[in-house]
Order: sequence, then C-alpha cells, then structure tokens
Amino acid sequence: MNSSAAIAPVGETVVIEKPVLGSIIDRLWRDGYTVVGPTLAESAIVIDQVRAIDDLPIGWTDDQEAGTYRLRRRDDRAYFGYAVGPHSWKQFLFPPKTTLYSIEFRADSMTVKPNVDPVPSYAFLGVRSCDLHAIEIQDRVFLHGPYVDRQYQARREKALIVAVHCAVAASTCFCESTGTGPRAVRGFDLALTELESEFLVEIATPRGAAICDGIKSRPAAGSDLGAAARIVDKTRNSMKRSLNLNGLPDILYQNLEHPRWDQVAERCLSCTNCTMVCPTCFCHALEDVPSLDGASSEKIRQWDSCFNPDHAHMAGGNNRPDIRSRYRQWLTHKLASWVDQYGVSGCVGCGRCVTWCPVGIDITEEAAAIRGDQP
Amino acid sequence: MNVPKPRLGVFKFASCDGCQLSILDCEDEILAVADRVEIAYFLEATRRPLEGRFDVSLVEGSISSPEQLEQIKDVRERSKFVVTIGACANGGGIQGLRNFISIEESIAAVYANPSYVKTLDKSRPIADFITVDLELQGCPINKYQLLNVIAQMLAGARPRVPDHAVCLDCKRRNIVCVVVSQGKACMGPVTSTGCGALCPAHDRGCFACYGPSHQPNTAALASRFESIGVPSDQIRRFFHAFYSTSPAFVAEGLRHV
Repeated sequence: MNSSAAIAPVGETVVIEKPVLGSIIDRLWRDGYTVVGPTLAESAIVIDQVRAIDDLPIGWTDDQEAGTYRLRRRDDRAYFGYAVGPHSWKQFLFPPKTTLYSIEFRADSMTVKPNVDPVPSYAFLGVRSCDLHAIEIQDRVFLHGPYVDRQYQARREKALIVAVHCAVAASTCFCESTGTGPRAVRGFDLALTELESEFLVEIATPRGAAICDGIKSRPAAGSDLGAAARIVDKTRNSMKRSLNLNGLPDILYQNLEHPRWDQVAERCLSCTNCTMVCPTCFCHALEDVPSLDGASSEKIRQWDSCFNPDHAHMAGGNNRPDIRSRYRQWLTHKLASWVDQYGVSGCVGCGRCVTWCPVGIDITEEAAAIRGDQP
Repeated sequence: MNVPKPRLGVFKFASCDGCQLSILDCEDEILAVADRVEIAYFLEATRRPLEGRFDVSLVEGSISSPEQLEQIKDVRERSKFVVTIGACANGGGIQGLRNFISIEESIAAVYANPSYVKTLDKSRPIADFITVDLELQGCPINKYQLLNVIAQMLAGARPRVPDHAVCLDCKRRNIVCVVVSQGKACMGPVTSTGCGALCPAHDRGCFACYGPSHQPNTAALASRFESIGVPSDQIRRFFHAFYSTSPAFVAEGLRHV
C-alpha cells in the first residue's frame, strides 16, 4: 500500500526510509521552524542548527566515562548511534543570557520596557527520554508555579519535539534506574526508533501529524514494532550505572554531617560544570548593566550555579562559604529537597554531570556512599 | 550642569602598558566615558602633567623598584578610589617569575652592566603597599569589564567584579570542555572569570592569566593534570606564570618541581 499522500492520523506509527528524515527536516524549515539537533563541533556531538541530514553525526558515536568524552567512528552509518553530549535543550528554552527588561531614564521619569524580542520557533530533533523528563521538570519550575516565566513560556509553546528512543547508552547513563528512559513515553510530537535502514515514526500530536503529512511512508508492521522494542530493551540492559532513589531524600537529610561530604569537597573544583550541563538546573543571576552614557540600564539574566561562591552571597555574608557546603547543597537539592519543591527528583539520569566534571566526580557514586552502599 | 566631572587618573608601574592599551582600545566607548569623566592624567594618551586629586585612579603594574614604592604612596594620597588593573598590579605579573630565584641571579642574566640597576628583590602587587579599593584582573584586563565598572560607579553603584571560575563562562557560551573532550590541560576551573573564556573558545586550555578564582581547588586540578600526563615542571609554570604572588598558586606550583 502506498500511503504517501495520506494524512497520517495522531496515534499512528509509520515506517520511513532513513533519507526521508531529510524531507521532514526540509518541511520543518519550510514551515518556519529553526531545526536544532545533534551535530559535530569542537570534538563533541553538540546541539546546533541542522539544515539537512548531512549535518547529523552520521556514523559517529561517543565513548564516555567520568570526566572523559571522546568521539569515535562507528562501523555503520547510524544517524543517532550515540548518547547525550555536553549540550542540552535547556539552552533554547532557558537561554544562558537574556535581557529581561530595560529602563530608560529621563530628567524626571523613567520607563520600564519588557523584552519583547521575537522568540524563535524551534524544532528539537533527536530529544532523548531523559531530556524530555528534564523539559517536563523545567516546565514545573518556570510554568507551573504561582509565577509564569513569559519568555520560557513563549519558547516552550512554540517548540516542536522529535524524540529518539535510545539505541545506545553511554557508560555514564543511568536513566533506567531513575525511571526516566531509555524509551520516550510522553512529551513529544514525533518519536523515532532507528531501525537498520528505516525509522519507525510514532505520530503523537496533530503538529507532528502535520509535519508528516505527505511524506513517503508505510504503515508499521508487527515485526517493526518488535524490532524497535528490542533495540530499546538492549539499551536498557546495557546500562552500567544506577542511582537508587528509594528513600534517598530522607537518607540525605539524615546524613548532612557524613564524612563523605569532606572527601568529595577535596576533589570538587566548585567550577559549576555539573550544574551548567545539567538539563534541569535552573539557577540564574540577575544583574543591572547601566549604559555608559547613563541614559538607560538593562536587567540581564544569566545562568548561575550553586557552585559559584557569589550565588549564596547575601547581606551578612555567604551562607555556603566552602566547597563542602556547596557540593552538599547541590546534591541534597537535586535528589532530596527538589522532591519537596517540585514533587519529583531533579535527576533524570542523563549522566552529563558525571562525564563533564573535569575531575570525574560521579553523582551515583556519591549518593551510594552516603547511603552506605560503598566502603 | 555645573557639577564637576569626576577626575580619572591612569598610572603605570612595572608593566608592559597592555592594560592601558586596553583602555585606549575602547575607542568608541571612551568618547561616552569622556563626556562624563575628566581624564586628568593618562600619560599613554595625553601629556597633561600630574596635578591635583583624583576621584578614581586606575593603577597598572607591579611595584618593582624603590622609586615606585614612593610613587604609589603618592597615588594613594591623591585618590579617593584606587582600582588596580591587570596581573602585574594584582599578582606580580610575568616579571614576578624572578621572585622564585635570587635577585642577583636574574640581574646577572639580563643586564650586561648591572651596577645601574636599582630594584627591589621581588616584584610585588600594589595591595602589598597601599589599600586597594577594587582589583580588576587579567593579562591584559578585559575592556568591557573595565567599562562596566566605570558605568556602575557613574551610576552610583558599588562596582561588582565576579571572581567565579572561567568554566561558568565557557558553559554560558556553550563551549565544549577541552579537558573532558580532548584531555587538554586547562586552568579554567581555578582561574577567575573576566576574559569571557577566550582561550577555550579557540580550542585551547586556559593558562590562568586572570589569576585565581574564589577558593581555587588547585590540588584537585593539579592531580587531574598529572593523570592526563602533564609534566611536573609544566604544571608548576601553569600556576606561577602570571600570578606569582597569589598564595594559592605559589604553593601549588611549588609542589611540582
């Protein structure tokens, strides 16, 4: 059956030849989306603009360990044969630096102007399950509280999400143990499973269906679904690390003076890398930047970190004056008080903080040590 | 408006003039500053003689000779607010490398006829001799950081100069970590912000020309350098090259010989 002209309904799963993904990318650009996805740059697979399928890191993978990331050629031409890299989608929904508003001073008055710069419509290509959960967590932070972040909201509502079920786990991945992957279950418009020469495409929303309208596809057969399920199962079973979340908040609260905090503080650089690569960390700093002529001033918001000593500086001094207190703040917020605050753990098991720590501190190891699972 | 403009002075001690050039490099912006500030003394830019008092003095260079020791006291007396600019003024600078050997040795190595040289035995930062109100780091300083400090002071705010690690800037710019992805030595995790992650943005490690960040964990980074095969003498040079008078950097460097 040739269904190439049919509108695939929401909830349907179809199969496309791999190069047809290129038509989907073209279609997204034509429809006004800025397509961002995995691409090679600076010795890593980063997230940047994807104009065509050749921009994807086809045939590449990554070897990840605590504190180490290396690109490596695969012996096939897989499109998505790697795990998450240093970037996350956070950079597009909650940009590293934004102007919130500007103030213009006149002789006897001042005018406050909110930033109304147009917000791009992003299409996120290749979002993994851990990152879908991370976006859901940041939604709770920026959208679901008493105050809604308008800039985040505008970016989030426009974004179209094409998920990819993971076919590869890095050694630093542990989403199986945090219940956040490797299969994407919600929060996407389309979801892909990479089969040998085809993609299985799950059409989850009307927006996703509109993008697939008219593309060359065939309905998925039972054997396709079986093959796709086996790929994700294999990924699930290959995960080496795990984080036991069971009862963890109480264990952390009861061990605020555990000697392990001193030990990790000896290794920790307090450099902020873990929090910057974390797809759920949302801390930021606000700064007034006056113009040189004194006629105006801008309120700037930038990514900040609980590892930045300045972050906890307030009238009366710094309430987290050493690396031990800063590391403890991060871990207990991420894995304990985050649950009190937002109803879920702040960790989605993506492993970025493990890989991108310059000295290779491993959150799973630290939590296990506090729990008493390790010598 | 008859309110007199704040008077700004720029002073130079043992240094290469690079930080003063960063001020001149402001070009367009300096015109906006000149509208609101009287540049009352700045030998690199004007021949106006040294006279009167200054609201803000920018001081470049380290104290390296007996003569400079007297001059810096005079600058302090003439100034309401002293801002030291650059690695020399704040950390001894590259010339501070001589602090690790005897002064006779370095004089003999450099000058054919050393009897004319009048020098202190060490190159020392300004804050060793006078009270400094604000330090702007870097070799050279970042002109935007300087302009921001001036703008903040003109706005009547207490100027803020962050001293977190360079890593935060790398990540804000989406730069991929060269330590993790390439095994390169990078001083970013213990080095103060200010440059905007200039070197990592060009695919090389930071070499600490902005001096130590707040509470740098030098031992942890040095041990990482060892594990990626950086030779011991190179580790020492990373810590001693620019901020030879910073206690944390000096001590760490001396552990690697």
